[in-house]
Amino acid sequence: MKLHISKRDTLSWQKSAAVRVIAIVLALIFIAVLCTGLTGSDPISVFESIISGAFGTQRRMWVTLQELSIMLIISLALTPAFKMQFWNIGGEGQVLIGALASAACMIKLGDKLPNAVVILIMIVASILAGAIWGFIPALFKALWNTNETLSTLMMNYIATQLVAFYTIVWEVPKGSGKIGIINSSTQVGWLPDIVNKYLLAIIIAAICTAAMYIYLKYTKHGYEISVVGESQNTARYVGINVEKVVIRTMLLSGGVCGLAGLLLTGGINHTVTTSIAGGMGFTAVMVSWLAKFNPITMVFTSLLIVFMDRGASEVATSCGLNESFSDIMTGIILFFIIGCEFFIRFKITRSKKVRKEA
Amino acid sequence: MFNFVAFIPTAVQQGIPLLYGSTGEILTQKSGNLNLGIPGVMYVGGICGVIGSFVYENHTDGALNPFLAIAIPMLCSLLGSFLMGLLYSFLTVTLRANQNVTGLAMTTFGVGFGNFFGGSLIKISGLDVPSIALSETSLIFNKTLPFAKNLGWFGKIFLSYGFSAYLAIVIALVVSFIFKHTRTGLHLRAVGENPSTADAAGINVTKYKYVSTCIGCMIAGLGGLYYVMDYASGVWSNDAFGDRGWLAIALVIFTLWKPDLSIFASILFGGLYVLYLYLPTDMEHMQYTELYKMIPYVVTLLVLVITSIRNKRENQPPASLGTNYFREER
Repeated sequence: MKLHISKRDTLSWQKSAAVRVIAIVLALIFIAVLCTGLTGSDPISVFESIISGAFGTQRRMWVTLQELSIMLIISLALTPAFKMQFWNIGGEGQVLIGALASAACMIKLGDKLPNAVVILIMIVASILAGAIWGFIPALFKALWNTNETLSTLMMNYIATQLVAFYTIVWEVPKGSGKIGIINSSTQVGWLPDIVNKYLLAIIIAAICTAAMYIYLKYTKHGYEISVVGESQNTARYVGINVEKVVIRTMLLSGGVCGLAGLLLTGGINHTVTTSIAGGMGFTAVMVSWLAKFNPITMVFTSLLIVFMDRGASEVATSCGLNESFSDIMTGIILFFIIGCEFFIRFKITRSKKVRKEA
Repeated sequence: MFNFVAFIPTAVQQGIPLLYGSTGEILTQKSGNLNLGIPGVMYVGGICGVIGSFVYENHTDGALNPFLAIAIPMLCSLLGSFLMGLLYSFLTVTLRANQNVTGLAMTTFGVGFGNFFGGSLIKISGLDVPSIALSETSLIFNKTLPFAKNLGWFGKIFLSYGFSAYLAIVIALVVSFIFKHTRTGLHLRAVGENPSTADAAGINVTKYKYVSTCIGCMIAGLGGLYYVMDYASGVWSNDAFGDRGWLAIALVIFTLWKPDLSIFASILFGGLYVLYLYLPTDMEHMQYTELYKMIPYVVTLLVLVITSIRNKRENQPPASLGTNYFREER
């Protein structure tokens, strides 16, 4: 008897969803066993504290939703690039540079221009900065076919060091090594609160989700992206200018990342640090991929990741584990989901050895 | 006058973890697997070694047996990073999962794993400082030749390191030799360039990918171990390893997939990493140290771009890098 692997035709969405749910459940069981082994507390209480960590109080719920929004925006930003098989893992750098640009506007223009104008300039500057950070690797790719995974990766660290450089240039007070809250007295350049300080990011994320869904599914650009992603040769054959599509898409990808940077600096933290993106640029790669590059599904995958992350820090305190446990949990869940994709894409059939006819 | 005798040993010590990491990653990439999990693997390699030697130090009274003090952490480290490599290979080769995503997930997991067990050990040891010090084991790792001190600048520059620094260089040379002069190396490169041709020629693609990825991870994991035991004098503190894993991946490109070149390149990168300590910066110009730290990444990016412009065949990434091989899909 031999196992035989072959490619499936597309699996119905119910079935593929079921496979993924099974994978997540298995991952959770695995984590529960691990928690029990490490702490001796029963697994149910572990999950209770995960849920209470993410949604326990009204404030926690808002924070979870806010983090979800930022994660979602970054994931959405990376999606068009991934769809054309351009592995932009430079989200982290593009977010950082956007955050840096808006911080620069807040510091340099804060006492010169009226608030509304400053905010307008910030929006333009941060989106532009992110777009430039996406444009550079795209240009290399278009001109010389430079490996984009590696070039975007390098761009991350160049951005990080730029932020570190300006952190010291602008540090308040001198020698503290951080910028601190910018314009804390005048609040110039702080994005306005809508109802409360969390809602703005959530609304923008919702708009981005809808816009990206439409862009990818119903526009000519979206179609071109899919064709380039499927086969560059086909794209050339039907007269699509592949280089143009690559550059245009990366401008968009970087620009939306820059927008996330604007929200982080202008809307949430009112400062900029090298860790302001907190690895979300990398996590977003996984979020986007888990959702199979579908913006609507992405809402759920980013919820899953943010939920685990926030929940795990609660588990950490209540079970006496340390905070890095959340990374382990996220990792385990990802491994299970990554693994289960196999069963969606391929089928295994058992074939008995065919007896040779004499 | 710039103090080279003090600078070079620091550069070497900074460079050795990068050398381990890049040698491991080159070996992995030659088989067509782009393992972005290396930063995580290096954390795992480091912490597993720490766990091993922590247990050993706490279960022995009196002096440590030098052989065991080296063998136990090393085996633990190798085992930990081997398992990471196995996981990566299983997901990408057997289950054909996306390499970028798997790699990034491994990095998340590995860094979390390192910091989690690091944090737990710190808690167990109940110290006030947020770090574990394995100074006795580290002394053994750090042992240099007894006469090295009497040789002046020569001894300082060439002989002032623990054995694991030389091990890194030996491994890099061996890997380089395998690539250039053995049949195994030829097969491995064939797998990385064009797996279906290699398969048709009767090379077991799956085996080559598995073995090179696992061994690559084990080598990279030793980099984490070297960092803790030798460079950091046995002190593990969370996140101390930093982004060296990514720098190791940068080195792979910088050296154009040549481990022997990587020996010098990683020392150069190590030097760039600590150069700011040796450059005259007064308190007024602290910010420039951050710009100096940017140099390795900018240089790598330039090398990447220049090699793609020149488009010389022997300087290109393995042709199938980042893609999985599925025999039935032609």
